[in-house]
Amino acid sequence: MARIIGGLTTSHIPSIGNAVPREEELSQDPYWQPFFAGYGKAREWLREADPDVAIVIYNDHGLNFFLDKLPTFAIGAAFEYQHSDEGWGIPTMPPFQGDPELSWHIINSLVADEFDIVSCQEMLVDHGFTVPMSLFWKNNSYGRVRTIPVCINTVQHPLPSPARCFKLGQAIARAVESYDKDLKVVILGTGGMSHQLDGERAGFINKKFDLMCMDKIVNEPEALTQLSIHELVRQAGAQGSEFILWLAMRGALSGNVKMVHSNYHIAISNTATGLMVLENGA
Amino acid sequence: MATQTDEPIPGTYIFDGNAAMKGYALNKMCYSFNQAANRAEFQRDEDAYCAKYGLNEPQKAAVKARNVLQLIHAGGNIYYLAKFAGIFGLNVQDVGAQQTGMTVDQFRKFIKSQGD
Repeated sequence: MARIIGGLTTSHIPSIGNAVPREEELSQDPYWQPFFAGYGKAREWLREADPDVAIVIYNDHGLNFFLDKLPTFAIGAAFEYQHSDEGWGIPTMPPFQGDPELSWHIINSLVADEFDIVSCQEMLVDHGFTVPMSLFWKNNSYGRVRTIPVCINTVQHPLPSPARCFKLGQAIARAVESYDKDLKVVILGTGGMSHQLDGERAGFINKKFDLMCMDKIVNEPEALTQLSIHELVRQAGAQGSEFILWLAMRGALSGNVKMVHSNYHIAISNTATGLMVLENGA
Repeated sequence: MATQTDEPIPGTYIFDGNAAMKGYALNKMCYSFNQAANRAEFQRDEDAYCAKYGLNEPQKAAVKARNVLQLIHAGGNIYYLAKFAGIFGLNVQDVGAQQTGMTVDQFRKFIKSQGD
């Protein structure tokens, strides 16, 4: 049977997309060093764990989806996913391999489980998806790993609540664990931590709140599902609402997780960055 | 969408159904800037490009002024506006500085200071 071996979270700021190809040279740079230094242990864990599939929970920032048709939850069911020009110039990444058979199993299971998600046989993935892949698999070494993009709307309110996203994660776990193939699966929750790009409050960061979230998500995630979207925007900033993607990831893990590694840094671009590696318990 | 019990958050605009309706033409234009050919077409003739997407007068004025707060008031969503800003080589820190009335250097220092 397929099993979820762990969950990883990381921020997905576009400027990281430009920095990743220059990681070696930037490893001594005072701006980038505290950020990149966090990823060695995450990559080590991934090398050791050697997952077959990565389910990537992310948000599209206006590459694949526009306001004409904006799904709350969408899931890829393609053989391959392409990155593309996002308009402001981060390098386009090589394509990502899909696993349509597992995608359809998850889609069938989710709809039976009352999550009426949108399925996509063609889907461009943007930096929300590509930056984490390039961070966790150095030099774009993700070739062997099959991916399943799960896109959650954070562009247009109403956004799905933290509680709903957590439940989506739980439903994804039920789907994966009922899949009759011996696969090791990791769940990526991307985005965050606190940041705000728009309005007079642009630049807002909330370290205390972020650290509380990183603490609670390990053993008391239910406490975080009590937050409303409005409260999350207030505490984490307008785009800090991406934390719902982390909660979806956490929902897909069991009650028992082991925190293998974490890193928190202020700031890259306008964003407090957070990285976590959580090993799934029985 | 903010409910009636939600206190407004100062300096923060919730992009809800009302904003999405108001800003549809503007956001659609900015979404088109994912393609290099469209960015070039805009740069060749801004007025014609804005007209093609049916921008209203406040939206056209905000585009002309390159003013992010004005664009938001006209219904712009920051994710699409970022593609507009990108045409002029402006990143989110430039955009943040403009909205807060700081220099980019002040804005960067402000962000970093929140880690102390």
